[in-house]
Amino acid sequence: MATIEFLLNGTPKQCHVPPDTSILTLLRDHLGITGTKEGCASGDCGACTVAINNPSDTQNRFLSVNACITPAHQLHGQHVITVEGLATEGNFHPAQRAMIECHGSQCGFCTPGIVMSLFTLHANQQQRPSPLTPETLEATLGGNLCRCTGYRPIRDAALSMQDFSWEAPQWFDASQPASHPLHVPESTAKSEPLFVQPTTLAELADARYRYPDARLVAGATDLWLESTQRLTALTQLIDTTRVAELRQIEEATFQAQPGWWVGAGVTYSQLEPLLNSHFPAFAHLLHRLGSQQVRNRGTLGGNIANASPIGDTPPVLLALNAWVELTSHVNTRQLLLSDFFIDYKKTALAADEVISRIFIPQLAETATLRVWKLSKRREDDITAVLGAFCYRVNQGVMEDVRIAFGGMAATPKRASQTEAALEGQPVSKASFQAAQQALAEEFQPMSDVRGSQYYREQAALNLLERLYLSLSSPNQEVMLHAYAH
Amino acid sequence: MRTLTKLDGDSSRARRELHNHIQGSGPLARHTVDSHGQRQAGTASFHESAEKHVTGKAAYIDDLKAPADALHVALGLSPVAHGTLTALDLEAVKQASGVVDVITFHDVPGHTDIGPVFPGDPIFVDQEISYAGQCIFAVAATSLQAARRAVTLARLSIDEQPASLDPVAAAERNDVVRPTHVQERGDWQAELRQAEQTVEGELFIGGQEHFYLEGQACLVLPTEDEGVIVHTSNQHPSETQKLVAEVLGIPFHAVTVEVRRMGGGFGGKETQASPWACMAAIIARRTGKATRIRLPRSDDMRATGKRHPFHNRYRLAIDSQGIIQGGEITVIGDCGYSPDLSDAIVDRAMFHADNAYSIGNARVTGHRAKTHTASNTAFRGFGGPQGMMIIEAAMDDIARKVGEDPLTIRKRNFYRDGRDVTHYGQSVDQKQLLHTLVDTLETNSDYWARRAAIKAFNSNSPIIKKGLALTPVKFGISFTAQHLNQAGALLHVYTDGSIVINHGGTEMGQGLHTKICQVVARELGLDLDSVRISATRTDKVPNTSPTAASSGADLNGMAARDAASKLRERLFDFAAIHFEGGLDREGMRLEDGMLIAGINESERRIPWGELVQTAYLNRISLSEKGFYATPLIHYNRATGQGRPFYYYAFGAAVAEVSVDTLSGEYLVNRVDVLHDVGNSLNPAIDIGQVEGGFIQGMGWLTSEELKWSDKGVLVSDGPATYKIPTFGDLPAIFNVELLEGHPNSMASLYRSKAVGEPPFMLGICVWSALRDALSSLTDYQQSPHLDTPATPERVMLAANAIREKAL
Repeated sequence: MATIEFLLNGTPKQCHVPPDTSILTLLRDHLGITGTKEGCASGDCGACTVAINNPSDTQNRFLSVNACITPAHQLHGQHVITVEGLATEGNFHPAQRAMIECHGSQCGFCTPGIVMSLFTLHANQQQRPSPLTPETLEATLGGNLCRCTGYRPIRDAALSMQDFSWEAPQWFDASQPASHPLHVPESTAKSEPLFVQPTTLAELADARYRYPDARLVAGATDLWLESTQRLTALTQLIDTTRVAELRQIEEATFQAQPGWWVGAGVTYSQLEPLLNSHFPAFAHLLHRLGSQQVRNRGTLGGNIANASPIGDTPPVLLALNAWVELTSHVNTRQLLLSDFFIDYKKTALAADEVISRIFIPQLAETATLRVWKLSKRREDDITAVLGAFCYRVNQGVMEDVRIAFGGMAATPKRASQTEAALEGQPVSKASFQAAQQALAEEFQPMSDVRGSQYYREQAALNLLERLYLSLSSPNQEVMLHAYAH
Repeated sequence: MRTLTKLDGDSSRARRELHNHIQGSGPLARHTVDSHGQRQAGTASFHESAEKHVTGKAAYIDDLKAPADALHVALGLSPVAHGTLTALDLEAVKQASGVVDVITFHDVPGHTDIGPVFPGDPIFVDQEISYAGQCIFAVAATSLQAARRAVTLARLSIDEQPASLDPVAAAERNDVVRPTHVQERGDWQAELRQAEQTVEGELFIGGQEHFYLEGQACLVLPTEDEGVIVHTSNQHPSETQKLVAEVLGIPFHAVTVEVRRMGGGFGGKETQASPWACMAAIIARRTGKATRIRLPRSDDMRATGKRHPFHNRYRLAIDSQGIIQGGEITVIGDCGYSPDLSDAIVDRAMFHADNAYSIGNARVTGHRAKTHTASNTAFRGFGGPQGMMIIEAAMDDIARKVGEDPLTIRKRNFYRDGRDVTHYGQSVDQKQLLHTLVDTLETNSDYWARRAAIKAFNSNSPIIKKGLALTPVKFGISFTAQHLNQAGALLHVYTDGSIVINHGGTEMGQGLHTKICQVVARELGLDLDSVRISATRTDKVPNTSPTAASSGADLNGMAARDAASKLRERLFDFAAIHFEGGLDREGMRLEDGMLIAGINESERRIPWGELVQTAYLNRISLSEKGFYATPLIHYNRATGQGRPFYYYAFGAAVAEVSVDTLSGEYLVNRVDVLHDVGNSLNPAIDIGQVEGGFIQGMGWLTSEELKWSDKGVLVSDGPATYKIPTFGDLPAIFNVELLEGHPNSMASLYRSKAVGEPPFMLGICVWSALRDALSSLTDYQQSPHLDTPATPERVMLAANAIREKAL
């Protein structure tokens, strides 16, 4: 197994650790650097937040990530900054100074993670100043739980950071260590540890074929929980994050529709500009998907391949009638996303295939997309029910209606009978009542920790009611815009 | 900020300064350069560890370096809630890679029951399994991962039995962990019989996971004799010392427990930090190796108790004005499988079932139901919040019944002259403060104008409804177990003039250590940099009480003050006779790093450093211990009457919310808080407690939902499924102020008031505002039923229900 080489706060490091080592374990257990804390080991609390230098991105030079669920091997050729790196003798980073001055720490355990999230905000503001809106602050800090302060002093710290000067330490401009992908051995026995980093789609497909027992890893925001929570040994891993084709977004026409091919390895953060321009409702959903740390890592392909019934993007992609492209070492095929999900966590992906791209058709000019997610907490929470609605209203009549739900069945699922009930019907109480009846008949959701069956049924019906009200009484506020657009 | 470490980093310089010091040139003047007394008690000093927090240098338990051969422990937890362990096959566990030791119930050398107050908490399951998450065995291995993987190899045979999970049913069949307690005053039955009208209701109030960011953790080092040193994240080191000693079967003096800081406690580390220390101690003694236990989050959430869920009921007699004449309130605490602290917690719920209101001739009954869940435990407010919820529910219900604004009804029912004795017989001192505080908040928050605006908004908005509510807090301060109201401190002055203060309280983020340093600095007229606090240790200050009941600063601050003032008086006595010509003992004082005697021309100033050096050379002790015991308090359990609280702390908050009545989603748009801390010891820290308490209280009542499976297994066992407030839940407008100019009427520490718990209950206004918004669906004719936490699911269902009721 290869040795990983990376920079830690500007200092070159070489480490030899098993493939399922996280950055957090690497820092704390192997390097004995304990400023970065473990709060949950599931990417939900942000106490382990570190920053990854991202020189190729002109917009966000530093990305916050959860060290607890980020594979250490993905640091290869990267530069990681931890809380230990920020202050030099007598020279606190503005994030640190502001946190002290604003009384932003109480027990202090979440503080290193908060400082690192603030650090990324500060660095990105220096590079590309923009107003600190509530949305920006929420995006920066929504993934950092604090149980003591109630967040007000942390908000003040974020707002006052720019008041403090800072002499950047030398490492701030340190170049990356030589970035060559981790070595791929000729042959590897089943149980032998493996971490390969293909750089082209062909290499990826080849690795998928050659190492049938290896797991694919991209952002690891879900896969790594198998290691930290279920104690599964992730002995063999194929890393998709270095595959150039998987990171591209291309404008294209497919099946006579204009749209975009989005590489499966495109992260939620990278997807944001496209969604902001063309699918604002989808972009708004993205702000409520995970935290910044998760959005910086999680990928569109991962969210689809995971096939969770409560994944956030699949219902939206279903309503948009998206396609997936599957690639093996011998073949490439395209499939409607609605044909991809087969059953609970079961998909059409063959053992030797990877999801290479997703085609998102452009919305027709007259069409509308609405995406409504219901969850216990507004930010960084997993969906109880998510409804995605795509339609046109042509002279008072609903057309091209596509509706999909998450959290209502074993897979993300189109509501085809509900669609049929509305298709070609006028926007009226009667058509929506018929649609509600169809919806009640075609979904039998289950009760779980996120919501009861009854709530899910009622909530889905109420989302249809919301759609009706928003169409029939456009001047009436029928939703809270912090939640829904 | 300067610290002594930085200044003394150069040891030769330090020695030089010490030399100068002996010469009497007063090097300790260096500490007074920037001292204008602005960082002593009463001022907004930074947290003593703030710089270490932000740089990652503050060490928590898992950050402490241990020897390379230290062992890591993982726990085997019961997967079922109730049953009998019929066989336990640990062979595969013992054979697993990296495993060094495995222990069970039968390996405990001493006591096997580690119940903190009452027995009932076996350290490991012997045969009877009482909850899912109960510890059956512990595995020590060379790494945590190896230990955790080995745990999964155990083969358990369990005869599973039906779990009792309904506390109401348990209370009805008297299946309780402690006897029911009753507080009764006057002829409450006559009040109900003769009432103009009665109002009644019931409410389920959910529990709460502490979610301290640093999970339960300890590191135990064997000593050269038969004992251990225990580093633990722990609110009650003395109790852990006792339990570890008893479990090992060794005297208490062989066990030293040290707590530097916790990454959050909130009550969850008062009794529930001890089991892990006991287990690690057994393994450390058996193996002779340093032993570390750090519970992974899901183990922590399943194994430890939480805030008690409560089922409460009320039936009250009111007059036409909505003023309570009397009645009865019943609270049922879901205690889990064992007593733990539940007796005192349900008591406190009963003590707060009146909140700020006179409930007249009333009976309050508290049941301690036993269920097959983890043993519920202390959590900020200690039952008080759950008790208050029922009377706040009643206030809203009364308002709808008599057709008045809820604030009007609340104010009418406040304790006042002639209605100032609680149902447990304590008269409410400073009751006028409550009126002053609420009147001020009502004005500052523009309550009535906003009420009118909200009514207008709601009448034109069928789906989005706004709600507004002001709720008060009256919280009793003192441990209700009288003997716990004591504290000790130990003060050392070194010959360079620097000071170490040690006391029995623990630091969990609440700023206790900062406040204690400020007290010492104030008593000795020094800058805060001269005073350093050391880790809480049972071999420095013994037999301490838990840092709990908001009492940390009240008790330990008084003890530190006692030590400092005794030392000061000794130095004054010495100075009066020692210095040439004698000094005027009358009016002698310590200020700005100087001893000052006399006035005007006769004024003499001796630098602190010189004073200390001279005293040392003249063989005057520079060390002192302090002690404090709260006066006046008593409570008679037989009669349910007494004066359990030294004083009350007050506060009030107003919340405005917007509710989407179709989806149940809601936003807290604005919050205004006014809170009473007497004379603040540190306004920045106190504001931090008020804000943090508010948000934590709001989380308890809104998004934080504990869920168990039908078989009693906790399914909300991590932050993915248990949602504490996050950044976006901070209200856009959040005005928080401390009430000024109202010192404590009792002789507390500089007339301050405790601040840890009371603000938690300010969060109740958010729940009440949600009910207000829902009530608007009936034009304020009906009071919605809204159990907590009021998740979007509950709010949506409540909206559906009240709409149907209104038809």
